Amino acid sequence: MGAGAAPPPRARAERGTRAVNALEIRGLNKSFGGLRVTSDVELLVAPGERRLIIGPNGAGKTTLFNLITGELRPDAGSIALFGHDITRLAARRRAHLGLARTYQIITLFPNETLLRNVTLALLGLSPLRWNPIVRLDRQRALADRAAEALRRVGLAHLASRPVAQTSYGERRRAEIAMALGQAPRVLLLDEPFAGLSVEERRDVAALIAAIPRDVTIVMIEHDMDVALEFAERITVLHFGEAIVEGTRAEVVEHPRTREIYLGAA
Amino acid sequence: MWTILAINSVTLGGLLFLLSAGFSLIFGLMRIPNLTHGSMFMLGAYFGVTLLAWGAGFWIAAIGAGLGVALFGAIIERLLLRRLVGAELAQVLVTLGLSFMVADTCLMVWGGDPISVDTPAIGVGATHLLSVAFPTYRLIIILIAVAIAAALWGLLDKTRLGAMIRAAVDDPAMARVCGIRVSHLFSIVFSLGAGLAGFAGVIGGPILSVYPGLDQDMLPLALVVVILGGTGSLLGSLVGSFVVGFLYNFGQVLFPELAYVVLFLPMLIVLVLRPRGLFGRVTL
Amino acid sequence: MTRILALLIAFAALVSLPFWLGNAYYINIASQVLIYAVLAMGLNLLVGYAGLVTLGHAGLFGVACYAAATLINAGFGSITAMIGGLAATLAVTAVFAVLALRGTGLGFVMITVALGQIVWGIAYRWISLTNGDNGVSINTRPHPFGLALDTAPAFYWATLVVFLVTLGCIAVFVASPFGAAVRGTRDQPRRMTALGYNVWLTRFLAFLLSGFWSGVAGLLYLYYNQFVSPETVALSASAEALLMVIAGGTATLFGPIFGAALVVIIKDVASAYITRWNFMLGAIFVLIVVFMPEGFVPGSVRLWRWALAPRRPRAPVLSGERVP
Repeated sequence: MGAGAAPPPRARAERGTRAVNALEIRGLNKSFGGLRVTSDVELLVAPGERRLIIGPNGAGKTTLFNLITGELRPDAGSIALFGHDITRLAARRRAHLGLARTYQIITLFPNETLLRNVTLALLGLSPLRWNPIVRLDRQRALADRAAEALRRVGLAHLASRPVAQTSYGERRRAEIAMALGQAPRVLLLDEPFAGLSVEERRDVAALIAAIPRDVTIVMIEHDMDVALEFAERITVLHFGEAIVEGTRAEVVEHPRTREIYLGAA
Repeated sequence: MWTILAINSVTLGGLLFLLSAGFSLIFGLMRIPNLTHGSMFMLGAYFGVTLLAWGAGFWIAAIGAGLGVALFGAIIERLLLRRLVGAELAQVLVTLGLSFMVADTCLMVWGGDPISVDTPAIGVGATHLLSVAFPTYRLIIILIAVAIAAALWGLLDKTRLGAMIRAAVDDPAMARVCGIRVSHLFSIVFSLGAGLAGFAGVIGGPILSVYPGLDQDMLPLALVVVILGGTGSLLGSLVGSFVVGFLYNFGQVLFPELAYVVLFLPMLIVLVLRPRGLFGRVTL
Repeated sequence: MTRILALLIAFAALVSLPFWLGNAYYINIASQVLIYAVLAMGLNLLVGYAGLVTLGHAGLFGVACYAAATLINAGFGSITAMIGGLAATLAVTAVFAVLALRGTGLGFVMITVALGQIVWGIAYRWISLTNGDNGVSINTRPHPFGLALDTAPAFYWATLVVFLVTLGCIAVFVASPFGAAVRGTRDQPRRMTALGYNVWLTRFLAFLLSGFWSGVAGLLYLYYNQFVSPETVALSASAEALLMVIAGGTATLFGPIFGAALVVIIKDVASAYITRWNFMLGAIFVLIVVFMPEGFVPGSVRLWRWALAPRRPRAPVLSGERVP
């Protein structure tokens, strides 16, 4: 299916109705020179769903995220967010439509406090971001929402701590706070458990589980234990292709999954 | 009249090649525009002046000056640039600061008056080609440039060292993995580039003479050559040098008021539209 | 509290400066420091806050000078000349910005060099427009509200007012949401885009603001010097401006002011005792870049602390707590 396929009619995604998919990707293709990194990928994520994307290293998972957020332009295919075709939409506009992501490598603002980091995230959607006159510190509404986002991830007590003085686990949670603070409709989590200790994984897993259903979550992860608990549906990528998809049970049992991860059965 | 202008352009191109080849290699390998390069050209010219004053022959002076500046280059690479590996911007700023230091030292040692350099005996007079009389020395410069170009091409294409340099220009990380000592290459290339610039300074002496501010006149030209021709490419430096030689000379005559615009506008266009230059291997 | 006190004392010292410095020569030095401080603060908006190093800012500074000088010599009044100068600077800055922002990092620097050199080439060669090497001179200093600025103290105070207004504006900018956005594009441009910011436009506007203040500094310079020449827009002038910013420290509000003071004082005062100004400039540049990359002020603080730190065994690090 090429780019330009008519998107489904735009409808409000109300809780309970599944008139429109939260994320609808059809026929997505991307190559770098001769290397095909994304190959005819189709991904339909229902509102409120918890989708897990797995696959060996180099399968193109993060590339897929980069295509969704607009950092990369696809060669062919379409991406729709709640029925709104965003294939050609500039990356920065997608945030305004309710798309948020975290990064595999922590990308906090290194010279700021955690509170300021989350505030900056919130500011991205606010017209205030063009204002050169008022004091950022005095924007109470913004600061309160930022503090709330930190509270949700259990970092309220570290709000005024500079990033340099936080631990890796705290930074991972701050990443999530930045994404959650924007009140996204679709949240992309790129390996949120990477590098965390066992306890930290439990904490992050709990906080992800506590995210309400009005946020649709798509997660990339390698750690099977934690990720499988989270997943309702799983898509397996291999060499840029979505080769297996289904419910958790289906995918785990699927012979091709075992083949990819464990060698030939 | 146009023939003379054309010959002068080719000569300038030859001189610029001697100046820019090193600059391009340094830029390609170390990823930094060596802003000291103009000063090295000038320093070499002044070294040459002193050697000539001590009674050395022209060619000895040229080679001696080249070696002197090469040594200088080796020292600053080892002492200063080596400490800043990975911080390209810092390296650029250091070369900028050094250019001020070198320029002022030259002013201190050799004074503020322009010094003319006598044409070497072999180049005096005119040669008749195609029923036009060309100043012999200008033809000699062209020959020297071609000879150096051939030597550099031989070095890069035929020797192991050259292969290592080319590899490191293409992909320094991979080169290191293959066991190439890239930091040694940095020293070698930086000295080589500096030496060439110094040598060029003396060669250009009879035409440009030596004066404070020579560095500020030559550096932008080298910049344009390398941006146009592409960094890290010998062919690019060659083509770029002649293009700039022509642009500079014809620009001065045809558009005297926009002489420098004629020079920098193409550089700007290339930077904006095709950052790799005509033949470049390194994207800025 | 001590901070406010220190600022008040500094303010009082600055205002009363002509009285305790006495000598017109030194008062003029102080004026120069303030002029270049405005330039350095403006440049720092781009270099320090937006993270975009440029070697073409002397071109923007000079456009204001040349434009205003041309207008004055054509018979227009001071106000018109100032507005014309700033308008010209903003127009040229916009062109600079659109072209330079096509590149990043080193590419950005090179494009600014090329642009600065084009401005210099025009100043040097387009003689019918700019009088070439001979430069353009003006006979008068402006008379805002009828006040004469011909004496050193009078000009100093006028400059001080402009300096303080600039400092105030930049302080407000730095604390504002837009200021935070600019710093964000410096630290994590990729993420900023994903967060919904228009990184290009943010940088473009930062560039414009930076150019504006350079233009203001240029106007002050023109009225101080009453002369502008191609040397004003040469690469070395841009390098000096960059040195002021780097020497003082890019991450602070007052760093560039200190850097400007350092460069101007060494240039004017030290050159009475040491004749090799350019050598010193280059040497300081090299030393600061190599040994104090964060700038003279923060670097000195760091070295001072290191020198004074008592040698005691390190306390064990608590889990989760990182010693800076």
